[in-house]
Amino acid sequence: MIWNEPKETMSRDEMYVVQSARLRNIVNRVYHNVPFYRKKMQELNLEPGDINTLEDIAKLPFTTKDDLRDNYPFGLFAVPKSEVVRVHASSGTTGKPTVVAYTRKDIEIFSEVVTRSLVCTGATKNDVVQIAFGYGLFTGGLGLHYGAEKLGAAVVPISGGNTDKQIQLLQDFGSTVLACTPSYAAHLAESLEEAGVDAEKLPLRIGIFGAEPWTPEMKKKIEEGLKIKAFDIYGLSEIIGPGVSISCEYQNGLHIAEDHFLAEIINPDTLERLPEGETGELVFTTITKEAMPLLRYRTRDISSLNYDKCECGRTSVRMSKIYGRTDDMLIIRGVNVYPSQVESVLLDIPEAKPHYQLIVDRKATMDTLEVQVEIDDKYFTDEIAQLARINRKIKQKIENNLGISVILKLVEPKTLKRSEGKAKRVIDNRKL
Amino acid sequence: MVIKQLSVFLQNETGRLLNITDILQKEKINISALSIAETEEYGIIRMIVSDIDKAEKALRDNDYKVKVSDVICLITPDIPGALNEKLELLASENINVSYMYGYSSEGKARLIIKTSEPERAAEILNNNN
Repeated sequence: MIWNEPKETMSRDEMYVVQSARLRNIVNRVYHNVPFYRKKMQELNLEPGDINTLEDIAKLPFTTKDDLRDNYPFGLFAVPKSEVVRVHASSGTTGKPTVVAYTRKDIEIFSEVVTRSLVCTGATKNDVVQIAFGYGLFTGGLGLHYGAEKLGAAVVPISGGNTDKQIQLLQDFGSTVLACTPSYAAHLAESLEEAGVDAEKLPLRIGIFGAEPWTPEMKKKIEEGLKIKAFDIYGLSEIIGPGVSISCEYQNGLHIAEDHFLAEIINPDTLERLPEGETGELVFTTITKEAMPLLRYRTRDISSLNYDKCECGRTSVRMSKIYGRTDDMLIIRGVNVYPSQVESVLLDIPEAKPHYQLIVDRKATMDTLEVQVEIDDKYFTDEIAQLARINRKIKQKIENNLGISVILKLVEPKTLKRSEGKAKRVIDNRKL
Repeated sequence: MVIKQLSVFLQNETGRLLNITDILQKEKINISALSIAETEEYGIIRMIVSDIDKAEKALRDNDYKVKVSDVICLITPDIPGALNEKLELLASENINVSYMYGYSSEGKARLIIKTSEPERAAEILNNNN
């Protein structure tokens, strides 16, 4: 099913015309209403009239998270504060929180793109949607909430955490759609098993997961554990929140709501635009937002774009599943390492649980990477020789994948933190 | 005689063993034999306890990785060659010994032995008593 056919299936030519017009409009608005952007454009000798077609976007300045922090809290508003009906803020896990704002029309757009996302996963007004994303300053909970209400589904606004209650409501309310972070979904699957609840008997059928990178292996694990079909929802508060893009039944990339969000891929080092299909940093320009439009916002997420028409009928550009984040990337002894690589390996080894922690340190001048892993209950043995064999096996597989040597440490169960929000996988003790 | 042994995975850190004995004392569980195998990072504590089901549950409830396995409890005279004789029996029947622990007092040695095929191993030892 497609929620908004005219918008989601328009031809690429039509889309080009829509996007070009909206881009011109947004550049005009930020130039005249946001001193920060006027100054940036003037420094580049740019005037709104210089931006005519989509290709001209390359002339525009980038926006970074630091720019949002420097203009904390309301410096990037493009409308008077009286027009703002909602304010959200990022979790601030990587520093001072960044603030974003919405006009009434922005909230309408936000709801629209989330509704499109829900319908793209097969949800209908007959579904019961259990929203286990956090409610509050984080956009996850309220974003899904407004979208599911717009669709006409029954919303269970339970918010994040409180696992026992989640399990109870999954059973008592017969929730059919679950929305949360993938790490929390994995935790729920595990908790269901521990509680002796048969996931097969739950009416739950669709999982909508996002807000942190996850691997195809983890997806498989969640699908098996919860007996559902899992979909990837992508978004970030700076652009609007969840609903920027969503995977469809063909599971070959995430459809971007590109009549609202213009996507580019750049090389994060040279800042050059990369051709279709190449992997780099994802950059968005919000072309319809009123309260806080952003030009060429650098997401730090690593992805690629595919403009081919999808079998599902949507013509919108698809971004690949997020491969990692430019700031998650660890450089260890000169080698680029993404935590998601370790996760992929662990999910392929039955002896190991997919919970892990990476501890990076520097001994003298040598970087060390310690991987802490839990052993799966079924494979726990009290014979040291066998444990050592399992240890060696996991170590070898991780080393083969990463291309660097690691210290592998088996740890007691549950000593690794289970997250109810975003997972903290890396501790970097290097004093660089 | 085949008996049940309880093994627990522990990180090799100060206070970890104390946690275990504390949980067991709260449940009024008696430990009649105990040995620890340790590596640099972790250790396995192996115990014979008075109420294995209760002990297993208490430890699992506290998130410990626990395994219950069959081991052989062997009592031999406390004289030179007694153990050697028993091990010869096991070796001749192709039974592999993974580990053992024990002590002797009052003329008898009491041993806990982890072997392959514990039932058959116990039978071999019994028949030759």
